[in-house]
Amino acid sequence: MNDIKQKIDMANAEAVKRINEADPVLVDIAPAGEVIPGLKDRMVLHSGPPVTWPNMCGAQRGAMIGAVLFENWAGSVDEASRLLENGIIRFEPNHHHQAVGPMAGTISPSMPVWVVENRTFGNRAFCRQVEGRQQFGDYSDSALEGLRQWRDIWALSLRKGLLGMGGLELRPIIAKALTMGDELHNRPVAASSLFANGLVGPMLEAGVEKGHLLSTINYITKHELLFLGLSMAAGKASVDPAAGIEYSAVVIAMARNGTEFGIRVSGLGEEWFTASSPRINGLYFPGYTEKDAGADMGDSAITETAGWGGLVLAGATGILSLVGGTPEEALAYSKEMRQITVTMSSSYRMPVFGFQGAPLGIDMRKVVQTGITPIIDTAIAHRNPGYSIIGAGLVRAPMECFKKALLRFGQKYGVK
Amino acid sequence: MSDKLKDLLQNGPIAINIGIFDFAETLKIQGVEVIHLNWSPPAGGDPELIELLDQLL
Repeated sequence: MNDIKQKIDMANAEAVKRINEADPVLVDIAPAGEVIPGLKDRMVLHSGPPVTWPNMCGAQRGAMIGAVLFENWAGSVDEASRLLENGIIRFEPNHHHQAVGPMAGTISPSMPVWVVENRTFGNRAFCRQVEGRQQFGDYSDSALEGLRQWRDIWALSLRKGLLGMGGLELRPIIAKALTMGDELHNRPVAASSLFANGLVGPMLEAGVEKGHLLSTINYITKHELLFLGLSMAAGKASVDPAAGIEYSAVVIAMARNGTEFGIRVSGLGEEWFTASSPRINGLYFPGYTEKDAGADMGDSAITETAGWGGLVLAGATGILSLVGGTPEEALAYSKEMRQITVTMSSSYRMPVFGFQGAPLGIDMRKVVQTGITPIIDTAIAHRNPGYSIIGAGLVRAPMECFKKALLRFGQKYGVK
Repeated sequence: MSDKLKDLLQNGPIAINIGIFDFAETLKIQGVEVIHLNWSPPAGGDPELIELLDQLL
């Protein structure tokens, strides 16, 4: 084996070792502006790689407008659009601020976010609340009411309970949920229930006021996708320590803004390698078809980057009624993902494969060599601003991102 | 004549198709037994990427 191959293998081994050793713990639920580094006043974070207002897709524009209205920085949709268009309200990618957000991914300063600390390495990651309206581009007052309830009631009640119990370890919940039919992206149903089970008692003990307590219990026990925000923050907190390892070809971020799909690679610093966001192969809610659909969007592919989501679809066949496909295809996807990953997880296991570990550490060299790109579970937003969720499906990361990254890798490490 | 050759002449060949699935499908339609192997050239056949991968993987 030549010198560089050896260096890459060693660097990759170090990257997956760090991901394997991650110990994500929910330590707080706090206003984004108080905890996210670099999130300033009059700034909104968004999903995916950097994007300009003219190039931003309809759903993300709608969600940005919604965030501006939610912060009361504008009194109308037109005014909010003008402030964003003129750069008076700035926007930057979540991934540049240790954060992730589902779909449009918008995070504004007063939105409470999940704060997850990786106890092994001491780094923190943040994710916003998951809901099916504003983050899809719906800026109506009723959509924003969901954000207000999260800010004023649910997040406060959960925070009180959480701080009283001294944090909540997420690794055991994730590991258990993977044996209960979850893939922790589009299907975090078991994990959401386990989370709710863990928080009700502490909220009672912390003396949360009865009206807020009942409202919060109702929210967390009926919100099947609640845990997605936690699995995303846990994924980000777990993968971040694997960034910046010289010679590593492990993918440490996959994110989409509805215009572009971008990846980052451990040994290539903070550079994004992008391609057009792909169209989604999925199922639609009544009244909508693929003609209405925007392209793929969201930071939620951090779950696949961490080795969950589409990579463990074989163990979550219940999700197929939402995203389409057959159990045989789901098995084939997970087997295929082993061909493009470095190792198997030592923490997260798949009963369907005799409790072998989930595929872990996407190696961009293997993606280019095999022609197999990561499979991602995803939801579908409308192509225009102003709509809630319209469907869900499966999508493949575009090969072009990985080819660009490979070429840069060759350039950086002096291989022609 | 060997038994294997007799068998081949009497029962016909079994085709192994590597790569493009449509070729396997066409033979199947004509009643030929086919074993299909999923395969595609590394890096989609791009010479620059293949050369790079030879050194990196």
